[in-house]
Amino acid sequence: MVSLSYDIAHLLAGGLVLVSFMLLYQDRLYSLLNVFALQAVVLAGAVAWQAHIQGAHHLYVTAAIALAFKAVLVPWALHRIVERLGVHREVETVVRIGPTMLAGMGLVALSVVLMLPLTAAENPLAREDLAFALSVILLGLLMMVTRRNAVSQVVGFMSLENGLVLAATGARGMPLVVEISVAFSVLIALIVIGVFLFRIRERFDTVDVAALDESRGERP
Amino acid sequence: MTALDAALLLSGGLLALGPAALPLARRPGGPALLHGAAATLSAALALLGLWALVAPGAPVQAVLPLGLPWLGAHFRLDALAAFFILVLGAGGTAASLYGIGYGRHLEAPGRVLPFYGPFLGAMALVLFADDAFTFLLSWESMSLLSWALVLADHRNPEARSASYVYLLMAGIGTMALLFAFGLLAGPGGGYAFAAIAAAERGPGVTAAILFLMLAGAGSKAGVFPLHVWLPLAHPAAPSHVSALMSGVMTKIALYGFIRVGFDLLGPVAWWASPVVIVLGSTTAVMGILLANVDRDAKRILAYSTIENVGVIFAALGLALAFRANGMTALAALALTAALFHILNHMLFKSLLFMAAGAVLAATGRRTLDALGGLIHRMPATAFLALVGVTAIAALPPLNGFASEWLLFQGILQSPGLPQPALQLLLPGAGGMLALAAALAAACFVRFYGIIFLGRPRSEAAAGAVEVDRWSLAAMAGLALLCLFGGILPGAVLDTLAPAVGLATGGRIPPQLGNSWATLVPVTAGQSSYSGLLVLAFITFGAMTSAWLVHRLASHRLRRGPAWDCGFPLTDGRSQYSAGGFSQPIRRALGGTLVAAREHVVMPPPGDMRPARHAAESGDVAWMRLYLPAAAAVGGLATRLNTLQFLTIRRYLGLVFVSLILLLVGLTQWN
Repeated sequence: MVSLSYDIAHLLAGGLVLVSFMLLYQDRLYSLLNVFALQAVVLAGAVAWQAHIQGAHHLYVTAAIALAFKAVLVPWALHRIVERLGVHREVETVVRIGPTMLAGMGLVALSVVLMLPLTAAENPLAREDLAFALSVILLGLLMMVTRRNAVSQVVGFMSLENGLVLAATGARGMPLVVEISVAFSVLIALIVIGVFLFRIRERFDTVDVAALDESRGERP
Repeated sequence: MTALDAALLLSGGLLALGPAALPLARRPGGPALLHGAAATLSAALALLGLWALVAPGAPVQAVLPLGLPWLGAHFRLDALAAFFILVLGAGGTAASLYGIGYGRHLEAPGRVLPFYGPFLGAMALVLFADDAFTFLLSWESMSLLSWALVLADHRNPEARSASYVYLLMAGIGTMALLFAFGLLAGPGGGYAFAAIAAAERGPGVTAAILFLMLAGAGSKAGVFPLHVWLPLAHPAAPSHVSALMSGVMTKIALYGFIRVGFDLLGPVAWWASPVVIVLGSTTAVMGILLANVDRDAKRILAYSTIENVGVIFAALGLALAFRANGMTALAALALTAALFHILNHMLFKSLLFMAAGAVLAATGRRTLDALGGLIHRMPATAFLALVGVTAIAALPPLNGFASEWLLFQGILQSPGLPQPALQLLLPGAGGMLALAAALAAACFVRFYGIIFLGRPRSEAAAGAVEVDRWSLAAMAGLALLCLFGGILPGAVLDTLAPAVGLATGGRIPPQLGNSWATLVPVTAGQSSYSGLLVLAFITFGAMTSAWLVHRLASHRLRRGPAWDCGFPLTDGRSQYSAGGFSQPIRRALGGTLVAAREHVVMPPPGDMRPARHAAESGDVAWMRLYLPAAAAVGGLATRLNTLQFLTIRRYLGLVFVSLILLLVGLTQWN
């Protein structure tokens, strides 16, 4: 039983990293949002499984929050934003897929090399979880750096936050208050960013952040 | 109530003068009242220090629940602190008495008085501090309060730039002190001085702490090349504050060095002492050379402070060298010379700054070339300043000679040291100190001659009037003490003995029993000096020759025109100028050491202006060290400025790359 539960937890956390890779090469906004919703579902599964094997019932609440907010509410809201902005046909390529994927692999390797020796004294499950969580965080950052569309940067940020939740649930004894506040703050961030998206759009007729640079007089 | 409680109460009273000054400073009698209160409290502190030195009991300690919660504020009064309290109290009393009169000339007393009392109080707390935290807190308060006093004349751009340089240098000095105390406390973090003194250290760490203290305390005291702020900041303050900064605050810095180097640090390896000696003698020569070529009365005094600090550091280095070799009696001799010179320098430098302040108040001018002939307009100030310059030029029978003579007695004992390096170094250092002493005499002949003798060089000097009685009383008190220290040095040295004993574990032979108040530093067979006999000889010789001259020459008093061989110009410019007087020294020594240049400024053809001969000089450390460093920092800042105008993605990328680099570094570290 111990080894099976370990394997399932490993599978779910690994799935999260895999979905992060999928996020990296989505160049259309609707598919990007769909994959993000998929990541939230996988996250909810991983958290729920942690709740089951740790016997920590409050983690079920975390899983439910993840499912409700990140798998349903946030993608739906972003869908509507994309629709209303009319940018669903935009294709963005800042850095090509190949180098991005290679960089992502390098980041996963880095987080494994870093985390495993650091946490040598912990139990194996927590170690794997932390390594995967760090990978998800770094991949989210990488996405924010390589995209130029503001919506995809928001998705990168949310996916980074998924990694944080995974790390928090992997470590035992994280109180529910922390998770609720994290989820809440992310929601507020979404609202703020949504408002800003419309502001940017109103002003520059595009959500390409490069327009901001032009307005600051850096590009002719 | 112990002596320490009383001393802390007095310091608290001085600190409380700050808030009290806020409403009082603008009232008509306010400044005089506040200065009077500061004088009373300082005098009580001085008496307390003297009492603690003369009747030494066990050191008293106190812990107040202030500062860091787990540490508290530790205070302590022992013989070493008591000596410096005496210096502080005496200097503070004189400066405050002077301030009662001088305060009437202050343009904005509201910008001086709120900081004046607390400045004195903070200096007292540095002396009482018995843990690193209290020490550094008081030290930094002292720096900031004196910075505010330098900025008192904030409309003057020179004062503003001086205070900026001072603030920077004080920050650098305090950083060195922070590192020094961090090393002293060690990984265990025992910040109380008792724990620091009990800890064990290797010779390398000990030397590192000593050098950090040399940088930290040295920058506050004015050690070359960290002295650059001092000639800017000390003259910019009001004159009685200049007297305090030069006469007392540099001594507080020296206290920091002595407390750590001799008391807390334990044994220091002999090879650390040459650094202190070389730095000290270099500082002495450079300081007095710069004083010789400068033309501003107060800045000359500030440069001379640098020279005296150099002399004291050389004496401290000598004491370290003797102590490292277990020669406690000779270490005590060198440290006695250092402490005696500290006291003396406080006396005569305060006196001279007050005299310069009196001249400034009477004429409104500081440049030497605008003064002259003041001995006729301000006879009392002129006489008291004469005592001061005689003392600072180390002429017998005044106190400056006694302490420098004592230092040279210590240097003459250096062949007894076992290390050949020190045997070779010390005669050289002695030669440099002798050069500094000779240059000091030249400097103060120029200082006194140009200001007080000759004929006035400006309208302001011609119309000067004598200063008030309070100022004269303060200067007269200091002059009397200078004379006392020169004639009865034995009494002073015996009073110093407990402080020296605390720092070196030895003492010089008792002096008070000697006949004719003679100083016998080592043994009677080697060398001795009696200021009393010299005074008696000078008095007797002068009176005899005066009598003989009057007896043998004609009895009639004749008055004839002076300078009758030429024609008496009414213009004061027919006399020596300050630049002309120092020309031989500038030409002989100044080429590289003070970057002296002379050139002729020719007007273009057809211009009716006369050609001018211009002489320039400056501080080599400032030009070769500080300006390039400032240029490098400025260039780097300009380069980094582009980082302010990146795109959002580049900023994100910057964060990302630095995070990745840190993580990669972490993998290597594990």
